[in-house]
Parts: sequence; structure tokens; C-alpha cells
Amino acid sequence: MTAGPKIDPMHQFTIAPVGGDALTGSPFAFTNSSLWMLAVLAVICIFMIGGLQRRLVPGRWQVAVESLTGFVEHITQSSIGPEGRRFMPWVFTAFVFILFANWLGAMPFAVVPGGHPFTVTSQFTVTGFMSVLSFAIVLGVGFWKHGLHFFSLFVPKGAPLLIKIFIAPIELISFMVRPFSLGLRPFVAMFAGHILLDVFGNFIVQGLNAGTTLGYGVSILCFIFVAAVSALELLVGAIQAFVFALLTAIYINDAVNLH
Amino acid sequence: MDLASAQVIGAGLAAIGVGVAAAGVGNVFGSFLQGALRNPAAAPGQSVTMYIGFAAAELLGLIAFAVAMIILYAR
Repeated sequence: MTAGPKIDPMHQFTIAPVGGDALTGSPFAFTNSSLWMLAVLAVICIFMIGGLQRRLVPGRWQVAVESLTGFVEHITQSSIGPEGRRFMPWVFTAFVFILFANWLGAMPFAVVPGGHPFTVTSQFTVTGFMSVLSFAIVLGVGFWKHGLHFFSLFVPKGAPLLIKIFIAPIELISFMVRPFSLGLRPFVAMFAGHILLDVFGNFIVQGLNAGTTLGYGVSILCFIFVAAVSALELLVGAIQAFVFALLTAIYINDAVNLH
Repeated sequence: MDLASAQVIGAGLAAIGVGVAAAGVGNVFGSFLQGALRNPAAAPGQSVTMYIGFAAAELLGLIAFAVAMIILYAR
């Protein structure tokens, strides 16, 4: 059996400029990442505007949009309380953007020759920036509402002084790690899932190229596996968007209702 | 042992952490299900807590993955 070409699962995450060289020489570029961000934006706009009707008896589309907004409202209301409505715009934006970016990146656009989906959230710059924005909102709201009392977040209430001295630095570290962990989660979930799909997709092709019975068997098994993992990717994409929105709401709750 | 082989071995060792985190995530959902089947009425109110536990357990596995990638592609 001949060895196939070396599998390079990292190639799919390459960011390259698209659309001519109009921006050559400038530090800005219109990359495939920008293109897919615009695609995500367009899909979100079509989905939301199509469903924003005020019919008394809602159609299917309106029910879909209303259940999405209701879902995010439930997250903010249950974690932050009555004040959660003020933070709903950011939580909703983050949730919908991550959800649609994850799902659009998992769509099989490569069946069109030359088509190549790019998962925007598979870059840590994107998710990291979103988590830093969440963290900035937490800091801003905390210091705006409570002033320097915000630092009492790190001190457990009613504990003996000796325990407080030990707990406060640990709480501070766990607070400072939040933007990192919040952004790492959706990034790694998409990154790892797409590497897995790429590797096993290559196994399908290499098994077919081998031309033996064993090769065909491996290909069929890998195809079933890839189909199952693709379904799992959709679930993971939704869970990661939900977890990002939920944790953002919980972190904001820490800043709004101090203990 | 040259650097390349040591990198691959190190990345493989770091990937053990992902498997351990899988046990943790399974434990979170399994324990939730055990409790939820005993008292189904109280289950919906605790699903948020379950997802926080899931996120915390999963994060450690993701960090293990990130460490494996850093080791594998470090030069």
C-alpha cells in the first residue's frame, strides 16, 4: 500500500486575502475570515428581519426568531434578575454570532468546486476579543455601580480573617483568568472538531486511493464516522454558544449584584 | 532523542488530559441525570448549574488540548 500525501489539518485555518489586490500595501486586508464574518452577518440579518413581524398568530419563521430571543432573555433574566434586560443586547449578540459562525463553518460548502467554508470562531483572535469585551463590560459595570466596593467581590463574606487573606488572591486569579477561559472554550471546540473532520476526511480519500478491499472498508467506516461527527459538531456549536452567553450573564451578575 | 520525537511524545502525553476531562464531563452529566431521575420536578431549575459544571470540567480538557498543540508546534 502506498502512503498518501501528508495530511495537513492546519491548512484549513489559514487566513488569506481574497478579492483582488486593491488593498495591497496597506496594513488592512479583506481576508476569507472577513468574508465569512460578512456571510454570518448576512444570514443573521435575513433570519432576524424575516422573522420580525408582529402577527398576532405567528408563522413558523416568527416563532423561530421569538424562541431565540426568548431563550436569551431567559438566560439573562434567570442569572442577572430584573436588571438583566439592560445587558441582553450584548449577550444576544454574542450568542447569535457564535451560534451562526459555528454552524456556517460546519456547512458542507466544499461540495461546490472552489467553495471553502471558514469557521470564524476557530480563530482565537475573534473569540478572545469577544471575551475581552464581555470582561470589559463586567469591569465597567462593576466599577460604575459599586466604585471601589467592587473589590469586595474577591473577599468571601462572613469568613474568618485568616481565611480571607488566603482566599482573596485565589479569587483574584480566578477572576483574571475568566476572559482567557471564556474565549478559549468556543475557539478550541471549533478548532479541535474541524481538525478531527479534516483528518478523517483525508482517510476517506486515501482509503479510496489505495484501491484495495481494506481501503474501501476503511473509507466507508470513516465516512460514517465523519457524518456522525458533523452532527456532533452542530450540537457542540450550539452548546458552546449557549455556554458563552450563560457565563457572560453570570459574570455580569457578579458585577451587578455584588454578593 | 531529537527534538521532533520528544515533541510528538510530549504532545501525546499532554493529550491524556483530554481523556481525563472526558471522564469529568461524563461525571457531570451522569450525576445530573441520577439526581434528575430521582426528583424530576427539581431538574429544570438545576440545568444552569449543570452547564456551569460542564463548562468548568470541559475547560481543563481544552487547556490540555491547547498545551498539546503548543508542544507539538513549538519551535
